[in-house]
Parts: sequence; structure tokens; C-alpha cells
Amino acid sequence: MLNPLRLLRPLSFLVGIATALTMPMVSGSPALAQGAGCNAGTLCIDLSPRNFKPMPIAIVDFTGEAGQGAQVASVITNNLKRSGVFEPLDRARFPEQNVAFDATPNFAAWQGIGAQAVLNGRVVREGGRLAVEYRLWEVSTGKAILGQRHGVDAAAWRRLAHLASDAVFERLTGETGFFDTRIVFVDETGPKDKRRKRLAIMDQDGANFLALSSGDELLVTPRYSPRGDRVAFMAFGNGRPRVQVLDLGTGQRNVIGQDGVMSFAPRFAPNAGTLAMSIENNGQANIVAVDLGSRAVRPLTSGGAIDTSPSYSPDGSQIVFESDRGGGQQLYVMGADGGGARRISFGEGRYSTPVWSPKGDFIAFTKQRGGNFAIGIMKPDGSGERILTEGFHNEGPSWAPNGRYIVFFRESGAGAKLHMVDITGRVDVPIPTPNFASDPAWSPLRSAR
Amino acid sequence: MMISVAHLARFSAPARLARIGVMVAMTALVAACASNSTTDPNAAGLGGANTPGSVAEFQSASVGDRVFFDTDSSEINAQGQAILERQASWLNRYTRYSFTLEGHADERGTREYNFALGARRAEAVKNYLVARGISSARIRTMSYGKERPVATCDDISCWSQNRRVQTVLSGG
Repeated sequence: MLNPLRLLRPLSFLVGIATALTMPMVSGSPALAQGAGCNAGTLCIDLSPRNFKPMPIAIVDFTGEAGQGAQVASVITNNLKRSGVFEPLDRARFPEQNVAFDATPNFAAWQGIGAQAVLNGRVVREGGRLAVEYRLWEVSTGKAILGQRHGVDAAAWRRLAHLASDAVFERLTGETGFFDTRIVFVDETGPKDKRRKRLAIMDQDGANFLALSSGDELLVTPRYSPRGDRVAFMAFGNGRPRVQVLDLGTGQRNVIGQDGVMSFAPRFAPNAGTLAMSIENNGQANIVAVDLGSRAVRPLTSGGAIDTSPSYSPDGSQIVFESDRGGGQQLYVMGADGGGARRISFGEGRYSTPVWSPKGDFIAFTKQRGGNFAIGIMKPDGSGERILTEGFHNEGPSWAPNGRYIVFFRESGAGAKLHMVDITGRVDVPIPTPNFASDPAWSPLRSAR
Repeated sequence: MMISVAHLARFSAPARLARIGVMVAMTALVAACASNSTTDPNAAGLGGANTPGSVAEFQSASVGDRVFFDTDSSEINAQGQAILERQASWLNRYTRYSFTLEGHADERGTREYNFALGARRAEAVKNYLVARGISSARIRTMSYGKERPVATCDDISCWSQNRRVQTVLSGG
């Protein structure tokens, strides 16, 4: 039988090379503000809701390598548009359809259609590899404010567009990008009462879909390890469902949960060597921490309540979880060694599936009230609750690595699909999947920064 | 004599499992053919809903193989108690069966909580049956959360059917 993971290996292998080749391109560029973010006096997008307007940007088809340049520009355009931060201008209105890589755009003409920034570049082939070189221009001053080069294996050409999208996003917002990432999720086919659920993986924009399990077993709630090399999930084998960990590089699976005991709701600690999860005993669900090396199990909660969905703070010192110890489901924060749990959710309704933002500033959750399911965020002390989307059924938030976007699943009558919101609630876009899809988990950035 | 006992102990369980597998498959086929010929309470469970001691009888309205729950509750209500009383007396009579209590939740809850809720419901039913004299050695519990609905429409009438514990017989 074909192991679909084999196809992944060359890609994982490439990350190192791509990173090595991701370097500033200095030739012929004026003073470049690498990673400068929003400096006073340079082009910058203020993301705060009050003043927010998406920035009009022109992404000109890249030149070079037949057809590939236009494809790269198209992927970048789609990325930037979906972020809600940019308003990519309609290419039919472009005053010049091609801007050679070494040429300077006609800024007066671009200003005429309202562009504040212009991105142009080229794709060049180097044996079996492709590289992209590009410049971002500030129209009002005529200055190049970003110039970079990235290289990848030719088969992974979409990553060129994602790396460039991240660089543009970072340069213009001062926030880390999130485009060079993937999403693991559960692919759903078949009738509702006999759903076939497969572990699947794809790029954050829905491209490069790949199923990682056969669908013969029921499999739910995949979660990425901090480095993105492993995925923990709950799977039904022959006995009770248990937590397992899949190594994405080797395809090897390890069962973590004890035989005969249901274990579920896995979540890696930031140190990657520890996994928090729930175990069920006599109808009680409690949270434990498992040392993935020694397999030592440390209980973190006790009692007759349902304690589940643990998620570590980014520094690893605290865990947010849900519990019905006070009646309905509510959110609590405790120390990573257990103990000292204090309730943080006090709004109307039931709160569940808390997930700590990778930036540490928010906790995302599912909230049920009045027959609806909402996705929201609150500060770790429970203040500042904000509902980002609410409807018939929204569930299971997972953070993008920059802590500004959240992927979740939305059920309609027929089945679930993936959607993305941002922390302001302005953005709500679908993430395309071939079938119904649920339980998304966002990977860390594939390239180290 | 010693040898044959060991032989039986070693091989009877799989043989019984194979037999019940065939019987369960046949039960659906012969459900319309009622037969009252079985009088020994511990004879095979083959037969339709009118066959005492059959799986079909247990699943029929005369006993009932599932109890339902209120939203987000694992308390056994009056209707559930009536069904479990019938299950207990049936299971006390036909002791050859062991069984799995499958706990389920409706889709109007979050996935992880629902796994725990399904387990809590199965445990509540187990406790009820044990209190009625059923040996816990015969009972296995399992939670499916909201993963296996029996009714798939999108309103209350379906959700209430999915909040259930199903008693699934094995052995016999």
C-alpha cells in the first residue's frame, strides 16, 4: 500500500534548504528596511480596528520562467486578499501589465489607480529548483521598501509565493506572517451516521491536499507539535479510543494512552516533550501530563467533573482547560503542574475548547448560548471577551502562528467546512477542502525566522 | 478429563463469538419468523422478537436496548428507569450474555466534552444495572461522543434520539 507520508518527506527535507536560501537580496536595491515593521515615515498598515482600511496593492505578474511568474503572483494575490489586510487591485485596471524585475514602475500611473504599493518580481530556474526574487515599492515615494529572494525545489513552487506573501505581510504590518504554513484536519466523507474520517494535511490556502490515514478507523482532533514535525490525535482502534502521535517525517505512529482507558483531547506542551490530555475513568474525565520520553503520567486534575481540552500557555507555565465542576462547561487556568485552578469565563452560556494564543495575549474558545455556537477570544485573565463569529455551529478554534488568525470548523445541515477569522472579527473566509472537513489545527511557520 | 476441560476453556470463547456473529446476522433475516420453541433460558439467542432470550427480543419494545437522556445530562429519567428495569430482569434471566454500554451524545456539543459526556452516561447506566444485581464483569463501557448519530436530521427530534446509551449484547 502506498504510504502518503512518503510524499511529504521531500517537502520536510526542503525546509532547511529553503531557509538557507531565504536571504535578503541586496543587488540594486535602495536601503531596505528588513523586518523593520511599521516605522514612522514609511508605508505601514495600522491593524487596529478604528483606523483600519485594507491597503490597495498591485501585484504584477512576475516575469521569467514561462507561466510560473503569473501563478506565483496569483497565489500571493489570493493570500493577501484573504488576510483582509490588503485590497489587491484588479489587474485589468493595471497601467502596465509587466514590470521587468530590474525596471522601476511608473509610479504616477500606479498612483492614478489608487495603488499604495506595487509588488513585482521574477521566477528563475536553477536546475531542479526555482527561486523567486521580488521588490515591494512604495508608490508615494518611489522607494523599494522590500527586496528578497527565496528558493525551493521546483515541485514546491507554491511555497515561493507563501514566503513572499509572509515577507510583504511582515513588512507592511509589523506582524509575523502566517502564509508558509499548513493545516492538519479531519477529512469527512460518507453519510452522517457512518462518517469516514481521515487525517489530512494541506497548505493554509487549501492547496496540496493529502490524506494521511485510510479512513478505516475513526480519527479526530489532530494537533501539531510545536515544531510541526508530529501530530497528536485520538483514534478508535480495536478497543477504547486512545491518543496517538504520528511522526510526519517517518510515518511512524505511537500510541500514548494506556490500553483499555479512553484518552482524548491531546495538546503538546511548548517543550514538545510533554503532552497534556484527558483520561476517562468511571465516567470521570481528568487531565494528565504524559512525558513522551519516559511515558510517565502525572495527574493534573482530580475529581468527578469533566476536565478536558487542556492547552498550554506559550511559556509552558500554565494550562487553560474546560471543566463542568461548577455546573456547566467553563474555562479555568491552572499551573502546568496542576493545582491553583481559577475560573476565567463568566459570561452567559457554556465555554469550551480553549486554546492559548502563540503570542500569549488571548485564549480562543467555543461558546454555546441561546442555541448558537460562537468562536471568541478573551484575555488570559478572562477580561476583554470578544465574539468573532456566531451561528448554528462553530467549533474548535486553532491559532495561526502569528496569533492574529484562527481556523475553526462551521457545521451547516449537511456537514462541516473550515473557515478562518481574524482577531478583529473583520475577516471570515472559507478555506477550501475537497470534502467536508473538521478539527483543523494550524502548523507553526515552516521556515524558521 | 483435565485435558478436555482445558481444551474447552481455551476454545469455547472464540467459538461462541463466531456463533453469535452468525446469529446476529441471521436475526435480521428471520425477524419475521417468530418461534416459541426455545424454553431453556440459556439456550442460543437465535430467533425473532417473540423468541424469549433472543437478541431481537432484547432490542424489541418488550425490553428496549437504549435509554435516552436530556440535553447535557447523564441522569436516568423515569422513562429510562423503566427500560433499565426491564433490561435488568432480562439480563438477570439470560446470564449467558455479556454486553457493551455504548454512550452517545448529540451533535449540539463540542467534540471532546461529548466523548466525556458519552462515557458519563454509559457509567450511569452501568451503575444502575449493577445496583439491580448484574455483575460488573459482564459489562463493558464505551463512548462514541457525537461521532455515531442514529438520527441525522438537524432538529430537536433527531438530537434527542442521539443522546443515548445503547446496550449491545455479545456472547449468548
